Amino acid sequence: MELFDNLALGIETAVRLENLLYCLIGVVLGTAVGVLPGIGPTATIALLLPITFNFPPVSALIMLAGIYYGAQYGGSTTAILINLPGESSAAVTAIDGHEMARKGRAGVALAAAAIGSFIAGTVATIVIVLFAPPLSAVALTFGSQEFFSLVVLGLIASIALARGSTVKALAMIVLGLLLGTVGQDTYTATPRFVFGVRELYSGINFVSVAVGMFGVAEILRNLEDERTRKLITHKIAGLWPTREDFRRMVGPVARGTAIGSGLGVLPGAGHVLASFGSYSVEKRLSRRKQEFGHGAIEGVAGPESANNAAAQTSFIPLLTLGVPANPVMALMLGALIIHGITPGPNVINDEPALFWGLIVSMWIGNFFLVLLNLPLIGIWVKMLAIPYKILFPVIIAFASIGTYSLGLNAWDVFMIAFFGVLGYALVKVGCEPAPLLLGFVLGPLLEDHLRRSLIISRGDLLTFVERPVSAGLLALAVVALALAVLPAIRKKREVVFANEDDL
Amino acid sequence: MPAARRALKDILAGGIFIALGLAFAFGALAYSIGTPLRMGPGYVPLVLGGLLAILGVAVIVKGFMAGEGEEIGTPDWRAVILVAAALFFFGITVRGLGVVGALFGASLMAALARSQTSWKEALAIAIGITVLSVVIFIFALQLRLPLVGPWIPV
Repeated sequence: MELFDNLALGIETAVRLENLLYCLIGVVLGTAVGVLPGIGPTATIALLLPITFNFPPVSALIMLAGIYYGAQYGGSTTAILINLPGESSAAVTAIDGHEMARKGRAGVALAAAAIGSFIAGTVATIVIVLFAPPLSAVALTFGSQEFFSLVVLGLIASIALARGSTVKALAMIVLGLLLGTVGQDTYTATPRFVFGVRELYSGINFVSVAVGMFGVAEILRNLEDERTRKLITHKIAGLWPTREDFRRMVGPVARGTAIGSGLGVLPGAGHVLASFGSYSVEKRLSRRKQEFGHGAIEGVAGPESANNAAAQTSFIPLLTLGVPANPVMALMLGALIIHGITPGPNVINDEPALFWGLIVSMWIGNFFLVLLNLPLIGIWVKMLAIPYKILFPVIIAFASIGTYSLGLNAWDVFMIAFFGVLGYALVKVGCEPAPLLLGFVLGPLLEDHLRRSLIISRGDLLTFVERPVSAGLLALAVVALALAVLPAIRKKREVVFANEDDL
Repeated sequence: MPAARRALKDILAGGIFIALGLAFAFGALAYSIGTPLRMGPGYVPLVLGGLLAILGVAVIVKGFMAGEGEEIGTPDWRAVILVAAALFFFGITVRGLGVVGALFGASLMAALARSQTSWKEALAIAIGITVLSVVIFIFALQLRLPLVGPWIPV
């Protein structure tokens, strides 16, 4: 059996003592840097990347994979504890995870994230082993039309993320799309909305938007709250999930894993769509819809599983097509090239030990992560005990230096301030930041595929409904929009007539 | 409660969307628009800017129909200004003053953004953060940034 041969080769490579050690070091370092407030996974990996340059390629990549999982988990930790997602997919975790932390259930949220991630990681590893070749073939059949429709569906689905009004969420998506157009146009190289600032030619840095809209805006809101009334004191109500919590996690973890494994394969933003998609699905299916946005454990377990499964399967487009799905994968691509490996269809044949060793070490990395983090939850939660007057200047200082280190670009730091103030203003008038962030991430992809599709179809807009897969995805988007808008209208009418607010 | 007061949040939100939408749309006119077949760099921003302005109007209309009338609360201007100033200070001075000076200034301003924090406390916090960051980022993570920049003669 070829499959078992592959797996055996992978295990043989990954469990070599030095590789196990590199994986463990990677996980420890990734987690340690990733939990620093203000330093997200992208910054963590960028900071730790140079350490791996001195090792042989297989060990370096295994260590890097460890750093990646550690950084991601560290990012989820700060998203949950202090509402500071360093990455687009962790933005979803922050919604309910941070609410859980505010209610004293930070430990439970962290445990749910760790356990969900581990299960999803295990399943996704099997998915990769079984389906890597056929899945990459499916992803290859997707044309620009399908990608455009998929992105539209993802954006519409993200409306479910917002607590308040549907119209505001739509407007936030469009604003995010517009902010995504800042920078050089890919087709004509015309710089757009850069006001003569050369540093903006490559676009606004995602990290600046995330840290500003979530981190800094949250700090400003807390400072205002503290001035007018007392901050919520963080009483910690037990670190371990109860039997009831476990029962509520099973479904979301299973569904999140399935959604994540599937969407992660798609080159481009698959893991973002996965965590956003999982959240929408859980919110739709739940009998406790009103708990979402106020600390529902399903809203942490589902997206975290989806995120981790997708993180795993997103190595498929990277390794088979050479397409990086997100900024983190772009860094991994850079690391591969530094080690003399050109990602593409040939990696799996030319470097089987590397390919399968990397995949097996992903699972081992996940295993180390759970082993390391479950006992450490108590320590991470203590982060909440740091007095706020010390914690928030630390966040600002770390965010400044971390973001600056990404590209030695002062404008990345200025943009944190801009988005912090904009985010604060928007939250104050009742607009949630998550849909804006998704629009910002997917905007360039949407425009690119729109323009490419229309060039292919000679300007015929019907091309999007003439191709069956694309038409199906758009139909789903329409249904999702109708589902989101109709109950809102009905509820508002009730509010008007009954003159009472039933949130 | 009068309708305008009840809809205040939505009027402000809609206003922000209309202003930003129109700004992007008019900005887009400066670039080549093109046709659907060959879209210029201005096409997508023009369409999206228009859409954002329309959604802004919808937010306001909906606010008048069913505004929730929650209080907005006065913004904490001291916090807004000092936090933004801290970030700008870091970005402007990190090259010239070096990491130590930029971090110290930025964390001092950030610490003072909280009105209850005294000058003495803020100074202590800023010194602590500077030392901690230098240890983590420069010594442990080997980030290649100068500790002291060219603006400070040694």
